[in-house]
Amino acid sequence: MPARVLVLLGTRKGAFILDGTPERRDWRLRGPFCETWPINHVVGDPRTGTIYAGGGNAWFGPAVWQSTDLGETWSHSSDGLRAVEEETPVAAVWSLAVQDGALLAGVEPAGLFRSADGGQSWTHVAGLRDHPSRSQWNPGAGGLIAHHVLPHPADPAQLWVAISAAGVFHTTDGGRSWAARNQGTRCDYNPPEARYPEFGQCVHSIAMAAGQPDRLYQQNHCGMYRSQDGGAGWESMEAGLPSSFGFPVVAHPHDPDTVYLFPLNGDIAGRFVPEGRAAVWRSRDGGAHWQDLRDGLPQRDAYFGVLRQAMAADTLDRVGIYAGTNTGILYASADEGEHWQVIAQHLPPIHSVETMVLPA
Amino acid sequence: MILVTLPPALLPLFPGCPGRHSVSATTVAEAIAALDAAWPGLGDRLCESPGRLRRHIRAFVAGEPADLATALPDGADLFLMTAISGG
Repeated sequence: MPARVLVLLGTRKGAFILDGTPERRDWRLRGPFCETWPINHVVGDPRTGTIYAGGGNAWFGPAVWQSTDLGETWSHSSDGLRAVEEETPVAAVWSLAVQDGALLAGVEPAGLFRSADGGQSWTHVAGLRDHPSRSQWNPGAGGLIAHHVLPHPADPAQLWVAISAAGVFHTTDGGRSWAARNQGTRCDYNPPEARYPEFGQCVHSIAMAAGQPDRLYQQNHCGMYRSQDGGAGWESMEAGLPSSFGFPVVAHPHDPDTVYLFPLNGDIAGRFVPEGRAAVWRSRDGGAHWQDLRDGLPQRDAYFGVLRQAMAADTLDRVGIYAGTNTGILYASADEGEHWQVIAQHLPPIHSVETMVLPA
Repeated sequence: MILVTLPPALLPLFPGCPGRHSVSATTVAEAIAALDAAWPGLGDRLCESPGRLRRHIRAFVAGEPADLATALPDGADLFLMTAISGG
């Protein structure tokens, strides 16, 4: 029986934590943590209760912060969090994931590090940086960032990394070698004859279907996609959506056919919710059909977006969905997206949202 | 011995770390290495690589801009500061 639901926020000015009960009606906000550093991703390891926060400070560089007491106290480290002396130094940690007891960190400029001691020290996963396409990777508006690290739940040798704007890469040998996994995703910013390259796509986020590691969902700068084969091929699932642009994609934690998006009005139209009316869009059939969920979300004069890591689900039976805006508002639904309420506001721009459900 | 003054924004990252330190060093790099030995990780916060200060960290010796190779005469005052360009 779950006893406590934590919503973990990374913001431009530190990490925050919301404490709630399984009813998810009342929340208590704590923070800012991490000395108000820009924090790009905060994750919890429910097996240990440890919270990790990755970010980077313009003065002091990148670090991963750790808290073993649910946010009461924090320490930080970047020991080993550098790639090659001659190259551009690591500016920030962008994404964190736990796999088979190891902590993984995607960084800017795009690279991957692994820690076997809970973030105290780091080893460069050089195989990703050494991919033959590396010299042709170009940054997106947010920089050349490894912003999603998606571990295979059963095979510790497999994981996917999403890089803007290089695309999705997959390893089956623990990171020694990587394959581009972008076939079928568009580059609308390329000339017509180069719309479907092997790499160079501006992937915005990826998510894995519950219990089906080979089924991936993707929000791209240029469309929404589903893969049935671990990213070897992607097919569009944007029909029925108000735009092809957005940042986050969230997979339902129990139902592999349910997926959530937060479409925006377009990459050159302000990147706001369409028509100033906010909606989370949900598919119950793997992206074939979409329903807009608006109850409790502003339906006029809304000019915000939700960034690539800023929407998440909790793992309760009746799943909660959380969407943090780049204007510092956190919307939450305790009923799979049917109804929404503001559970925090007046925060710094929200970079990331994750959850951790703790047992009694 | 030389006297090192650390930027105030650095101190909360190392609880208990004072803002001023006396260390034995003949260069700025040696001074930071001495501080890192006493406060593990502190060098990472100031240097982006073993040979380079972070982009928005400034060093001054006797009021003059310095880098990691700058010599420190005995009794020198080394100021390590956060640049306005970083925040």
